[in-house]
Amino acid sequence: MAWFEKNETPPQIPPAKALWAICPKCMSHMPKAAWKANNSICPKCNYHGRLAARERIAQVADEGTFAEVFREVSYSDHLEFHDATGDYKTKVEATIAKTGEKESVVMGTCEIGGHKAMLGVMDFAFMGGSLGTGTGERIARACEQARKERRPLVIFSASGGARMHEGILSLMQMAKTSAAIGLLKEEGLPFISVLTDPTTGGVSASYAMLGDINITEPKALIGFAGRRVIENTIHQKLPPDFQSAEYLEKHGFIDKIVERKDLKAFIAKMLNYWGF
Amino acid sequence: MATKKKQTPAAKTVKTPSAMDRVKLARDAKRPHIGDFINYVLDDFEELHGDRLVNDDRGLVGGFGTLAGRHVLVLGHNKGETVEENMASNFGMANPDGYRKAMRLAKLAEKFHCPVVTFVDTPGAYPGREAEERGQAEAIAKSLEVFALLKTPVVVVITGEGGSGGALAIAVGDKVLMMENAVYSVISPEGCAGILWRDGAKAPEAAEALKITAPDLKRLGAIDEIIPEPAGGAQKNKKAACLAVKKAVAAALDELDAIPCDALVEKRYAKLRSLGNFY
Repeated sequence: MAWFEKNETPPQIPPAKALWAICPKCMSHMPKAAWKANNSICPKCNYHGRLAARERIAQVADEGTFAEVFREVSYSDHLEFHDATGDYKTKVEATIAKTGEKESVVMGTCEIGGHKAMLGVMDFAFMGGSLGTGTGERIARACEQARKERRPLVIFSASGGARMHEGILSLMQMAKTSAAIGLLKEEGLPFISVLTDPTTGGVSASYAMLGDINITEPKALIGFAGRRVIENTIHQKLPPDFQSAEYLEKHGFIDKIVERKDLKAFIAKMLNYWGF
Repeated sequence: MATKKKQTPAAKTVKTPSAMDRVKLARDAKRPHIGDFINYVLDDFEELHGDRLVNDDRGLVGGFGTLAGRHVLVLGHNKGETVEENMASNFGMANPDGYRKAMRLAKLAEKFHCPVVTFVDTPGAYPGREAEERGQAEAIAKSLEVFALLKTPVVVVITGEGGSGGALAIAVGDKVLMMENAVYSVISPEGCAGILWRDGAKAPEAAEALKITAPDLKRLGAIDEIIPEPAGGAQKNKKAACLAVKKAVAAALDELDAIPCDALVEKRYAKLRSLGNFY
């Protein structure tokens, strides 16, 4: 047998992506296990990476207090939408199977540092955290239940914006959620909005920017229009820190950038200051 | 030799325009714009300027006027008629300053119980560096909250392009009317095709899939009424198109007169609440 006809199967090397995590902000490489061990925070540049909704809930809600609500509310394919890459229904069902979630926000009652609250956490892994009719419905119901039970509302956002597969009714969720939040705030209940990486488009342009306080994590991307859209419109290069948490704080749209490890204590402290 | 088929007059008669045909009509430069509505729908008008913070945005204009005998606040996107005006108003793409001006005037209208009439015609909110720095997202979000809770009647007319959040920011109201050939969408057909088809040229397919025409939106409950346009589109007869709008707005205001302001806000919320409630 010639040397080049070697017939044995080569050893199975896992693809690099399975082993290495790459920080999207500073591009430094580290073993995936190290990234996870550091709570998805880059040890080099302190970028606070994305968390699954359940990971976040475990870090924010007091142990054993989170009770999920509205899980029956899921997506709706009322347009029977399909594009070049397939049906919306097929895509969203695959997302449900992959994430175990039925919508892009997980809602529940809980306690945060001993303060009772209504907590919502968006999951970017669910269709890019997009705002669908189910997402809007869960948020509106959460506002209503919070009013009934006099609970402060805390929402962690992570979203690319409205879900275009659900057409105009996804746009309408911006109005629906903003109205529901407005009514909650009118009744003297607090809404703390935590804009995590990334919060853009129709979500930043509705409930996420309507917090009594808006807080965020280091280096999160927050904005309305995408960087490329803006560069194509104004034909100018934008500063590198454009639409970063730090940039927004400087321009007055963020109350405070809080490290992940301090978030829970910070929220509890604010609720305490306000008498909740 | 095959005989050349003579086109029958029947084949030339107008068929229902496709979604993309309507997108083109909605963007037609000769279509009535805010200036025409002010001329033909209102008996008189005084424009008011500025957001009291940084600027007077030309992409969104507002002021008080008289409409069929009643005093109203009018707000509308301003595309501009000349190249200079187009440039000054960014073709009707409002800045945060525009939305903040709209909110300021809406609160003023509420104070004096004047109904608000908005004319919506924008490709979208302006995507620019200063717009982001001055909080485009916050301005739109706040506007949605303010209009949802405003204790005075709000009538919305989608007159041309209803471009996403930039349109919605002044399109939350008690009655949402839409001109026959206007379009209203979560994303432009070109933008959607670019993302989901990876080819902006597939915009006609995206336009169909997104359901952005007045009849589709009425079926979905996103709008209340369709205002008919002159044959061939509003650009063929601006005056007639504007007078049809005037009639529809006056009727909507009459209907809203009977409802007390608190009930108005409750009803407005109940309507928003019903949109996309499939559960």
